Formats: sequence, structure tokens, C-alpha cells
Amino acid sequence: MKTVSVRSIKDLVARLCVEANIILRPDIEAALRTGYRQEANKRSREILGMLLENSRLARTRKLALCQDTGMAVVYVDVGQGVRLTGGSLEHAVHQGVREGYRKGYFRESVVRDPLSRKGKLSGAPAVVHTSLVPGDKVTVTVSPKGFGSENKSRVKMFLPTDTTDTIKKFIVKTVEEAGPSACPPFVIGVGIGGTFEMACYLAKKSLLRPVTKRNRKPGLKKLEQALMRDINNLHIGPMGLGGKTTCLGVNILDYPTHIAGLPVAVNIGCHATRSATGNL
Amino acid sequence: MNKGRWKIADTVLYTGTLYTARDQAHKRLVETIRAGKNPPIDLAEAVIYYAGPTPSPVKNMIGACGPTTSSRMDVFTPILLEHGLRAMVGKGARSEEVRKAIKKYGAVYFLTIAGAGAYLSTKIKSARVVAYKDLGAEAIYRLEVEDFPLIVGIDARGKSIY
Ligand code: SF4
Repeated sequence: MKTVSVRSIKDLVARLCVEANIILRPDIEAALRTGYRQEANKRSREILGMLLENSRLARTRKLALCQDTGMAVVYVDVGQGVRLTGGSLEHAVHQGVREGYRKGYFRESVVRDPLSRKGKLSGAPAVVHTSLVPGDKVTVTVSPKGFGSENKSRVKMFLPTDTTDTIKKFIVKTVEEAGPSACPPFVIGVGIGGTFEMACYLAKKSLLRPVTKRNRKPGLKKLEQALMRDINNLHIGPMGLGGKTTCLGVNILDYPTHIAGLPVAVNIGCHATRSATGNL
Repeated sequence: MNKGRWKIADTVLYTGTLYTARDQAHKRLVETIRAGKNPPIDLAEAVIYYAGPTPSPVKNMIGACGPTTSSRMDVFTPILLEHGLRAMVGKGARSEEVRKAIKKYGAVYFLTIAGAGAYLSTKIKSARVVAYKDLGAEAIYRLEVEDFPLIVGIDARGKSIY
């Protein structure tokens, strides 16, 4: 049995927090570049140019891509052949986030009491999703989520008899309502099926998939492409000032569901949709 | 700043002072005004920037500093306009009430490049906290900026770009 200390997980989490916040994902950078090449609207093209410049400056000067360094969502996949030593895994993750956000000079945006809003802000806690998987590796993904886009996300419980067309309309309308303040061009994460919380989890998790990759299921791949077209036809554009670059990718994940229901969640990702992954 | 001369969609490279204020700072500013006291900054002179920067290892500086969603400030904005504020910078659309108040007071609402925190930080020459230090990133910072890119979102006639 392989042994992994939670301390090494803490260090990995800290490093990934820094990486995710200062290095734009290559798939997003490539999609922005394509948008820049194809955008006909002059001002929108200029804005896309500034976003590419933003990415370059962040990487070379080790600055956060965006001042909203988000609330960290951390996925920990623990191989079943691994024995974790040295204390609580969850504490180690929170501590790693705390350290990473301090080291990177990131904004501490987490408020301890959601109702009173009182107390000192912190980078932690993170939202942690732990899974047990086959094998003897520990894989950690850190995805800082900004709230300009998070606030515009929606979930809806459809009827099992509702059509795909109705669902499409809901997704497109959610993006339309997200509008300029959620920092388009967007990455749209969609979760279909499961239960109420499962649909939301899938929508969030789908944002991790490179925008250049489509779902392997042919039906979902087609749906992703159709949604991408419809969303780009909204002409929201960068900063909501028009143009055809509204969406960098639509990522769908699905799961079996109950005969009586059809949950659908839409997680809006901004052009600073961030994540970084590492292994132990 | 001559607010009347701009039309929506005009681009401006602004050199001067910005004061950051986001949700909690707005709440306090409005509470102060309602209590009949003077706010800690001169609203009539201020350009308020809806932003909460990242810190910086460099003294009197900040890190990434892009705009936050302006509409969250909508409930507070008309009161600030009534008490002298004439210029704001943020991202996204405003409420109908804010648009009307901007028109009434001949103010202006600017957009800046949303999500380009690192890029915009290169336009900031100095930063220091002037009020509400306990709010951390939500404190009011006085920023000296040079060639800070702005786009007129709502002009003094109440016309909106969205
Ligand atoms: S929505 Fe994204 S890009 Fe926009 S401010 Fe928030 S984190 Fe930054």
C-alpha cells in the first residue's frame, strides 16, 4: 500500500492555487485567440486583445489573472490503494488553500458567516469534493471560482416529458440573463440528470474539461455544438458590447436520473475560468 | 472631469485618482450619510471604482484590480449621486433607477475591461487605503492611475450602451 502524507497534499494544493490563478488555461487562451482572429466587431476584437495581453502579463509578472481569485473548489481523487497519513485530509486542503492564497498575494474573498458577513476575510475554506477511485495515485484539481459568473448560474427541475428544445431554451436564456456582468466570453457548464445537487456538481465539474473537447456521446456533442451556435447568436460579445465571441465552449455532463424528474443545472464560467491539476 | 462632454461608447484614457468601493464600503457610506455624518471621502470630487484588489508585495501598490459587478451597488448609487458623486467605474448594466439618477445629476458611468485585473494593474501607479481598513479587500483605496481605459456606459443624458 502506498503512503501519502496529507502535508504533501497541502503543499500541492498551495502550488495549484498559485498556478491556476496566474496561468490562463491553454484551452481558454487558444479559444480567446481564435475569437480574436475571427471577431469582426472592432471594439470587441480590441477587448479580446487586451484579455490576451492580460494573460501574458499575469504569467510573466506572476500576477493574478483577475482580482477575483474566487472561492477555491478543490477536487481530490484518492486512489483506493493509498493510505493517507498525518492528519485530516480536509484540513490539509483548507490549509493548502490558505497558504497558496497568501503566497500568491491573492484576494481573500471568503467570508466566514454568510448571513452576518462579519469577521476577517480569508482564502479558505475551500469547497472540497473528495472521491475514492481505483489505483494508487492522489490527483488534485484546484479551480478558483469567481462570483461575477457564479451568481448568474441556475438550476431547474424539468418534467421528464419536457423536450430537449425546452431545455435548450432554458440554457440559452440563463446565458442571456448572465449578460455583460458575468465577464463574457463564457464557458458554459451544463449538468443534466441525477438529483438536484448532482446536476449542479456535474455542471461545475464540466468546466474542468478543455473547451476544445466535446462530449464523447454523439447526442450530447451535437447538443453542445447547437447551444454554442445559439449562444453566440445572442451577440453579447466581450464585455457585453456586441460581437460574435460570446461563448468559448459549452461543456455538458450527464447522469442517469429518476423516472419522475429531469434536473438541469447551468454553471456560468467567465473568460477567467481557471483550474490546475497535479498528482502525487 | 467634465461629465457632460462624453457620449456612450466613447473611450477615455483616464489619468487621475480613483477611489475603490464595493458592497460593504457602499453600505457604510450610505449608513454614514443617513446618520447625517460626512463620508470619509469627498464624493463630489471622487470617481468611485467598483473594485476589490488583490494585495501586492510592493509597498503602496496593489496587485490585480479589475471591476466588479456594478449592479450590486445599484441600491446605494442614487443616494451617493444625491450627495455629490458624479462618476463611477464598473462592469455590466445598471438599473433603470440608477440610469435616471445619472441623468438627473448629470453624472457618468464608465465601464472598464472586465476580468483584465493584471492588465489594469499596470495602469495603477500607487494605492493606499484611505478608509474602512478593517474591510480588507473591500476597504476604500485611493488609486493614482495613468491611461486607465474607460468606456462610457451611461452618459450624462442618461443614454446607456446596453
Ligand atoms: S466573473 Fe470571472 S473574470 Fe469576471 S471578475 Fe469574476 S472572476 Fe474575474
